[in-house]
Amino acid sequence: MAERNIPMREALRAALREEMIRDERVFVMGQEVGAWEGTHKVTRGFLDEFGARRVRDTPISEMAIVGAAVGAAMAGLRPVAEIMTINFAFLAFDALINHAAKARYMFDGQFKVPMVLRAATGWGNQATATHSHTPEPIFAHFPGLYLGCPSTPADAKGMLKAAIRDDNPVLFTEVIALYPKPGLVPDDPDFVLPIGKGDIKRAGKDVTIVSYGRGVEWSLEAAEILAREGVSCEVIDVRWLRPLDLPLIFESFKKTNRCVVVEESLPFYSFGSEIAAQLQEHMFDYMDAPIKRVSAMDVPLPYAKEIELMALPDAHKVVAAVKEIL
Amino acid sequence: MSELTKTTLTRAELVEAYHQMVLIRRFEEKCKELYNARKIGGVYMHLYSGQEATGVGAVKALKPTDHVITSYRDHGIAIAKGSDVKRLMAEMLGKRTGVSGGKGGSMHLADVSVRMWGGYAIVGGHLPLAAGIALKSKYSNDGDVVLCFVGDGATNNGYFHEALNLSAVWDLPVVWLIENNLYGMGTPVEVASGQPELHKRAIAYGMQDFGRVDGMDFFAVYEVAQQAVEYARTTGPALIEAITYRYEGHGVSDRIYMKRVEEMRAYQQRDPLLIMEKKLRELFPDIAPELAQVESAAAAAIEEAVRFAEESPVPTAEDLVRNVYA
Repeated sequence: MAERNIPMREALRAALREEMIRDERVFVMGQEVGAWEGTHKVTRGFLDEFGARRVRDTPISEMAIVGAAVGAAMAGLRPVAEIMTINFAFLAFDALINHAAKARYMFDGQFKVPMVLRAATGWGNQATATHSHTPEPIFAHFPGLYLGCPSTPADAKGMLKAAIRDDNPVLFTEVIALYPKPGLVPDDPDFVLPIGKGDIKRAGKDVTIVSYGRGVEWSLEAAEILAREGVSCEVIDVRWLRPLDLPLIFESFKKTNRCVVVEESLPFYSFGSEIAAQLQEHMFDYMDAPIKRVSAMDVPLPYAKEIELMALPDAHKVVAAVKEIL
Repeated sequence: MSELTKTTLTRAELVEAYHQMVLIRRFEEKCKELYNARKIGGVYMHLYSGQEATGVGAVKALKPTDHVITSYRDHGIAIAKGSDVKRLMAEMLGKRTGVSGGKGGSMHLADVSVRMWGGYAIVGGHLPLAAGIALKSKYSNDGDVVLCFVGDGATNNGYFHEALNLSAVWDLPVVWLIENNLYGMGTPVEVASGQPELHKRAIAYGMQDFGRVDGMDFFAVYEVAQQAVEYARTTGPALIEAITYRYEGHGVSDRIYMKRVEEMRAYQQRDPLLIMEKKLRELFPDIAPELAQVESAAAAAIEEAVRFAEESPVPTAEDLVRNVYA
């Protein structure tokens, strides 16, 4: 089938729109999803096309947005709820963790919770401390919830469709900086990328770089720089923090025996911590060097551009980390 | 006794309602006994004794396809909605034949087969779920109503505000029934609430206020619940405040202090079972044999439930990991 070169926001919009056409139970709800057409314009045109029954503006009520999505999903709908940015998801933490993730288990499978919670994520652009979170690992801590974060427009489409079609609650985060970036996206309305399946974004043999979301971009940029110096990096985009594609990481590590983990998130109790622990537990015999982690610095993010950028990871920090373990 | 009551519930239905109230009382007494004998485990068990007229009176106003959802004080609501006491008792004992497979326990009884969506243990957490279930009903034009029981304590956290407001802006078919048993744990309502007449919260949401009702009187609760349910089915959300009283502590680990002993004596003069029995005798002078039959049937049902629970197997290692995901 044909492909189109479109930005990630358009890929997400296509996924959502196609799923709403395919399944009448799918609807969207959240702040500004209707008349405003979405804070990030992912639901542009939806109110006109689907009407107010299926495109539901909500008050600024994060607990109720997530909790009502849980209830609607329990009762048989397939809500795609939106929290404007992941920063506000902390307000809905209880609804997401104690209710979305646990309700099925607590009542021993008497019902399913087929909901998706979309939220923009990522920091930078001087958004300052409370609006500069990439807290995916916190949410991925809890069983019962899936968590995906795409790095390309095609992945965004295929992963979001998988999330909507799945019978489990999914937290789906979308990197703000990636919304405008274009890429080739299949037109196929059944282009679905399975939940929990990672992807090798660049093949290599010397070092495995494991990342997700925006970290994939820095990792690929670093791999390009290193390639010019004769170092071959394999870049793995896990796509899903839960379920995590450990077999893909392990297979790569068996070949390279070295690993750098790259994330936009904070370093303590992090994505990097988990990957390093898994490799240490399961791949110790293949390990030729310490696992390196590249992340944001362990500070809240400040306003001034000069020091904000110091706190963030970038391709050069990835290059430096790779060189430390060669 | 209003004409309404005489005409809307038959003698058989009234006896059945009385039977459920007696069954709840005996169930709770047995639970307390089994807890003290350490056959029921855990640190959480919140008994419904004293509040039977509120639960049964309100549920009797529903159609079988209508939904109920409640907090952790859930035994009585599950019985009122028609869940099997054998499987409820098995859940209390943590058996795999329990309604929640032994995974939920006292606070998480659900029986979706009778549209009892569960007891939830984060105060207020189930309120947006109720809104979501009501949204499903409205979205699909099912004509079913959600009856959501709300403890007085839950009226002071954010879930209450967000869920009630959402139900109002979306005109959802939900009845919010505040069970005001005078204390949130040990804190009196007037110490916790700037406006201790909790039904008056309705005005903040432009919601229909069905006022305060005597929660110890089955007939009073039934009558107002019927009006509220009808309103919710045809128009939008409704709020009721029932003044009731719990005879036990907040939970099993809570001792009753002296001030409450005197207060309780006053409420026990107006025990919901006594009030109902008296009114039934007034309405139907020849009802004595049926009332005696209710007592013996309830005793037999509890005895059978305990036997079933004790003879049931405990959950297995396979059960431990089942139903985390769908």
